[in-house]
This record gives sequence, C-alpha cells and structure tokens, in this order.
Amino acid sequence: MASSDPIIRLKELTKIYQQGEIRVTALDGIDLDIAAGEFVALMGPSGSGKSTLLHIVAGIDRPTRGECWVGDIEVSRLNESQLAEWRNHTIGFIFQTFNLIPVLTAFENVELPLLLTGLAPRRRRELVQTALDIVGLSDRSRHLPRQMSGGQEQRVAIARAIVTDPPILVADEPTGNLDAHSAATVMETLQTLNGSAGKTIVMVTHDPRAASFGSRIIHLEKGELIRESATPPGGGTPA
Amino acid sequence: MTLPFSYNARNVVVRWRSSAATVLIIALVVAVCLILQAMAQGIVSSTSATGDPANVIIVRKGSTAESSSIVTRTQARRIQFLPQVQRDERGDPISSAEVVVLANLRRRGGAGEANVSLRGISPAGRALRPQVRLAEGRWFVPGKREVVVSRRLAPRFEGLGLNERFKSGAHSLAVVGIFDAVGTAFESEIWLDANEARSLFDREQFSSVIVRVPSPADQQAMKKSLESDKQLRLLALPEPEYYAKLTKSAGPIRFLGYFLAATLSVGAVFAAMNAMYAIVGRRTREVGTLRILGYPRRIIMLGFLMEGGLLALAGGALGCALAAPFNWVTTSTISFDSFSEIVFKFHITPWLIIQALAFSFAIGVAGSFLPALRVSRLPVIAAVKAV
Repeated sequence: MASSDPIIRLKELTKIYQQGEIRVTALDGIDLDIAAGEFVALMGPSGSGKSTLLHIVAGIDRPTRGECWVGDIEVSRLNESQLAEWRNHTIGFIFQTFNLIPVLTAFENVELPLLLTGLAPRRRRELVQTALDIVGLSDRSRHLPRQMSGGQEQRVAIARAIVTDPPILVADEPTGNLDAHSAATVMETLQTLNGSAGKTIVMVTHDPRAASFGSRIIHLEKGELIRESATPPGGGTPA
Repeated sequence: MTLPFSYNARNVVVRWRSSAATVLIIALVVAVCLILQAMAQGIVSSTSATGDPANVIIVRKGSTAESSSIVTRTQARRIQFLPQVQRDERGDPISSAEVVVLANLRRRGGAGEANVSLRGISPAGRALRPQVRLAEGRWFVPGKREVVVSRRLAPRFEGLGLNERFKSGAHSLAVVGIFDAVGTAFESEIWLDANEARSLFDREQFSSVIVRVPSPADQQAMKKSLESDKQLRLLALPEPEYYAKLTKSAGPIRFLGYFLAATLSVGAVFAAMNAMYAIVGRRTREVGTLRILGYPRRIIMLGFLMEGGLLALAGGALGCALAAPFNWVTTSTISFDSFSEIVFKFHITPWLIIQALAFSFAIGVAGSFLPALRVSRLPVIAAVKAV
C-alpha cells in the first residue's frame, strides 16, 4: 500500500556519458517522485535510460546534474564508503542474471549482506532462514547456485535483497532470464513483498506482463519520461 | 567485518586447475629454499648437538678448529691435574689429550678426494663421549695401527668399511670397528689412539684436551685459572659452547638460501600476479555484486589479498612436501672451520616449515596486491557490467 510521502525524489536528473568526442545523454532532466510502498515499473526501448535511472536510485552510478533524494539523503552527495554502507541497509538489488556467488550456498549467499551489519551469528541465521522462508526456498539453503534452477536462483537473489530489511528494492529486468512459469513465480514474490511487507519496488523491464504487476508504469524514451500509466487493480495477478 | 573465509578458500579450491601452474612455481621456489635452509640447519644441528655440558675443551687461543690448535704435553699434564677435574674410581683424572689431523682420502665411486678428520683419543676419550657407541666390530687396540670409523663416513670413502684398510701417507691403517655418533660432529671422524696418532703423523704436541668438570662453578674457576695465565694462551670452553661456534660452514649455505629466496621470489611474485590478474578478471562482475551489496573497497581488496595468500600457501605446502623426502638424508660438505669433510643430515625443523609457509603466503599477498587494488577500485557500475 503506497503512502503519499515520496521515498524517492528525482529533480532535474541528468546523466551524460562522454565517449571520446561523442556525448550521449542517457537521462535528460528527469523529475520523478515515487511514494513509499509503490511498485513502479520502468519501461522503454534499449538506450532509453531506464537502467541508468535505476542505477542512480540504487546509488551505484552518479548523475551528471540534478538531485536524487532517497528519504532524507541526497544519494549523489555520499562518498564511496558512505554509499556502500547506505546501499547495504537501504537498497535491495535484484539482477537480471541473479549474480549469486557460485562457490557459496544459497544460505551463504543470502547471509552476505548481513556480514557487514555486526549482527551475532545466531541472529544472522534467523534472518537468513526467514528470508529463505519468504521466497519458499528454506529447503534449498545448502544448495549451490549451480544445483538450482534459474527461477530458484532468482528467488535466492530476492532473499539476499530483502535479508537486511531494506525499504527499497530495485530490480533490473528480474524476469529477463527466466521461463514464463519461473517469471510468474518471481513476480508474485515481488508483489507479495510490495503488498504485505510494504517494500517500495522500482523495476526495469521489457516485459509488459511483468510490468503489469506494478502499481505504476513509467515509460522512458531518449532519456525523458514520456508517459505514466497506472495498472488496474489486480493487474498482473496470474490467471 | 570481512568476506567469509569460505568464499576465498573455496574459490582457491574450485579454480585450482587455472592456478596449478602458479602453485607449482611457488612450490618449487619454496622447496629449493627450504632444502638449502635444511642443509644449513643440518650442519648447525650436527655441531650444536655435539658436546656434553659436563665436559670442558681446552684449545689454543685464536685457533679456529682443533686441527689448527696446539696444546703442549706440559700444558696437557698441567690441565689434567687441575683441582676442578673430576676423577674416576681409581683416582685418575677423567681427561683426554687429543690429536686431530686431516687425512686426504679417496671417495668411493671415483668421486675425487677429500680431507677427513682423524682424532687420536686418550683412554678416557670414550668415557667422555658416552653418546658415541660401537655399532660393529670392536674398539681399536693402541699400537696396532687400528682405527674405528663413523657409520656415516664408512660408506663414503674407500677403505673405511669394516675390516678394510686405507692408507694415510705411508701408513696403512685397519678399520676394526664402526661407531655410531648419533647426529653429532663425531660422525665426520675416524678415531684411533692419541699417542699412536702423534707417532704416525709426527706430532710432538696435542691439539686439545677434554676434561670432565661437571660443576658450572668449577668450569668458571678453571676457565679463569687457565685464561688468566697469559703465558699459556689457552681457551677453555664448555664443549656445547665450543661446538656451537663451529657453524661457519652453515653461513654460506644459509646465505645462498636467502639469496635464492630473494631472487626466485621475484619470479614467483610475478607468477602469482599473473594468476591473480586472471582470477580477478574472471570475477569482476562478482566484485561488482559485492560492492552493490555494500562491501567497501578495502574489504574486497583484503579478500583478494587473502585469496592470493591462500593460493600461494597451497604452493608453500606443496613445496614443503617436495622437500620432505630430503629430511634426514645424509650428505657432506667441506667445513670452513677445519677444511675437512663434514657429514650431516638435512634437517627440516618445524620452524623452517613455518618460515617456508610464511614466505609463500607473503609471495601470494605481494603478487595479489596490484590485481586486488585494480579490481577494488573499479567503479561499481563498470564492475557489475563486466562480461
């Protein structure tokens, strides 16, 4: 359930890449508010700037101009070590390619962000177990990534993203590498996290079916917001 | 706050094939250096294990070895009857005036010639070294040109086997016994009667006198008494202290060990660096993921330094295993103290193993430094987008 207060506020956000003589404008003065508890899908053709926008919101890239506020923090003003710490407790990142560490088990992968928190091992075990329970994979905790299906890997990645209980989840084409069934399972998990746990979700996707799980769809083209649409209640709910 | 140890350890194990060449190079470097250090340690062990704390050896002041020392017969008699010298049940002083000469002997198998120490001992000489035991045959009989030979020396020189004969100058000597000197410097010696040795080798004087003085206070008093007489020009030392000083021969070997360690380690560091560049290259995206999860640069860097160290540690352990068969192998070299053949065993001590492992770990850490620095300093977005 979205509240009216924006948790993410972008002001005149501009990102220009300089590639030799060529200047590429990835984002061109974007103004955008995302309320806490919203599930926003960013859509647009390749090169439209949606991934750049996501990366700036997640604090892994910096704007050329403009401001990116998350809560009371202007993210682009943080230095590298402040950003790392901020990401750890504020952002849960879900990748298209899952990005699990291949030599670690599902449990150890999920535990990774918690190792930075100073929590006692027992408390860490409880939190990891809870996160794996939420994504329905507690029985796979000792499995290595290569021993799991793509859908299971992505759910482990979601558990890793939520284990520190961050208020915001950002997902970069989370269903891009999955078959239809696994994609639906992953999207249902994200929808549950948005609906029940109140997580704000910002998701980049090319897939209209995945986008339909969001409460708002934002279309970008050539670095500009060109259109917003709200999905109908229950949109994305599997038939 | 670090990356889990299992992360680095498993990566080393999982990717062992691609790192095998580096591990092997480090293993060879460690093995070579360890073998040289074990050689130096063997020499030190054989000399420092020699000597009984209850014995005092008296040699000429300034002499570097017994073979270059002169103690006159008058001096030897005076030493024997010093009040500190212990006496046996018959009331005779437990003392051995000894002659040490070098004999040039042919090695078995036509491997050239070398100097060997012949020690002429007085009747009490055996009682003063109870650790030296007869292993085969019998002890020599004075006046019959008989000798006993160390078990380590016998197989290395022509005519030194039991019941064989060898020539030294114009004299033919019979080997009537083989003794075991349990890792001491006596393993490099041939023993015969002291007076016979003086006669055979035209020595008017003795080389040294060994006396039994069990009390440290008496040893000090004796030392003071002998060394304060400027005319005597004698040096009195407890036996272990004397032999501990005879480790010059280990110096050049130890230096060679350190020199090779220093030069070969440069190559090993580059090998480790090469492997680590390949490793971090393959795992750049993984690094990007860790950074996104909140891991700061210093932890990423520390993790790769640790991983390089572990990789090299595996090489170090393999190097120790390669060197292990040399442990306790008997070999010989020329003593820089007496210029005679000294027989000793390679001795790989726990401390040498710890040093070898620490050395290998340091190679890994040094080799990982630049690759770790490079990958940890990549912008997050560049790292996570790496293919």
